[in-house]
Amino acid sequence: MIIDIVTGVLLLVGALFFLAGTLGLLRFPDVYTRLHALTKADNVGLGLIVIALMLQADSWFVVGKLLLIWILILLAGSGVAHLVASTAQKRGLKPWKK
Amino acid sequence: MEEIDLLLLFDAVLGFTLVWLAWQTLSSLDLFRAVVLFIAFGLLMALAWVRLDAPDVALAEATIGAGLTGALLLSALAQLSARQKHESETSLFLRLTLGVLMFFLLIGLGYIVFSLPPQALGLSVEVAKNIELSAVANPVTAVLINYRSYDTLLELGVLLLALLAVWSLGSASTRKSAFVNPVLDLLTRILVPVFILVSGYLLWVGAFAPGGAFQAGAVLAAAGVLLFLNDWHLESKYTGFALRSVLVIGLVMFIAIGFGFVFLDRVFLEYPPELAGGFILLIEAAASLSIGIILAALFLGRDPSVKSDSCSDIDTGVHK
Repeated sequence: MIIDIVTGVLLLVGALFFLAGTLGLLRFPDVYTRLHALTKADNVGLGLIVIALMLQADSWFVVGKLLLIWILILLAGSGVAHLVASTAQKRGLKPWKK
Repeated sequence: MEEIDLLLLFDAVLGFTLVWLAWQTLSSLDLFRAVVLFIAFGLLMALAWVRLDAPDVALAEATIGAGLTGALLLSALAQLSARQKHESETSLFLRLTLGVLMFFLLIGLGYIVFSLPPQALGLSVEVAKNIELSAVANPVTAVLINYRSYDTLLELGVLLLALLAVWSLGSASTRKSAFVNPVLDLLTRILVPVFILVSGYLLWVGAFAPGGAFQAGAVLAAAGVLLFLNDWHLESKYTGFALRSVLVIGLVMFIAIGFGFVFLDRVFLEYPPELAGGFILLIEAAASLSIGIILAALFLGRDPSVKSDSCSDIDTGVHK
């Protein structure tokens, strides 16, 4: 019962992070700030959702697989964000200034 | 009741988004945008397959449809923009003809979809009844490697033919950057072993759960794509016979085992039930290896064994 409530709260907060990240992607002015919004929000949001799903998992094997998914997406997300940003910089895209 | 309505709403949004994405992909004039939209379309399509209770197809769609095809399209795009761009207007006649043909195709497909019985069991009952005989517990794998193994065998052949066609086109310009991004390098070092492990896992789990040769091969190919992005290349002593052996081993193993039992009074591609499990694993292992290497070679886009002579005018000669 308590576990279900905790799961629900974690899922909701995770979804909020995704919402914030998506808003940032749509509203921020240039590629660097958009990446900033996306990667940070999605990594934490996904982490919360993964923890929520772990609480509902049937076996430790499933918990391990969920953890592995999170770690892989953390790696891929941060790596790809760096690649996109460095390519943008190499092509001479100036960071946004007010 | 409310839960069902929510899921229906989700499906409706998903279906609408898919059609919208497909239209955006086709109508986009910017090719890069079109490719990115196509990848997004593939990922949502995988989600649609999950909703249709077809996780095997979803895995294949996500890895091959969205992932590898996306990588292939992006690398093709890079080569396209490296050459000169030629804008050509399609003539009105051609557009009209295509439009009319597509319209009839739409009517035909629509008629077929609406004339289908709403609840079709198809052959799934038969498959479930005979699953014991196939020696694997996952019905999709049973169909792919045992009941309908002809189709899978020919698919392997098609992949090999596609690679031969690409190789015979010859000199695709190789993108050589002297600078390899250190983050990408580190990422590759961490991810490639994980990909190989996941590929083996997908192959093994395919016997009783979603997974199998094509998914395992696609993950293996993803590892290859990462390596190629890091300017990695196969040492020239392996690019000849060794590489070619790996490319054909899936097909050879399939045909050899298929024919092996012909001499024991069975038809082509029929395995004795008591031995089927082991042979299916053997075929699947060889097939995943071949599929993975073929898909990775398709991404590379040229025969690695002829790089030194025929491509020397484009190749800058920077090898590690």
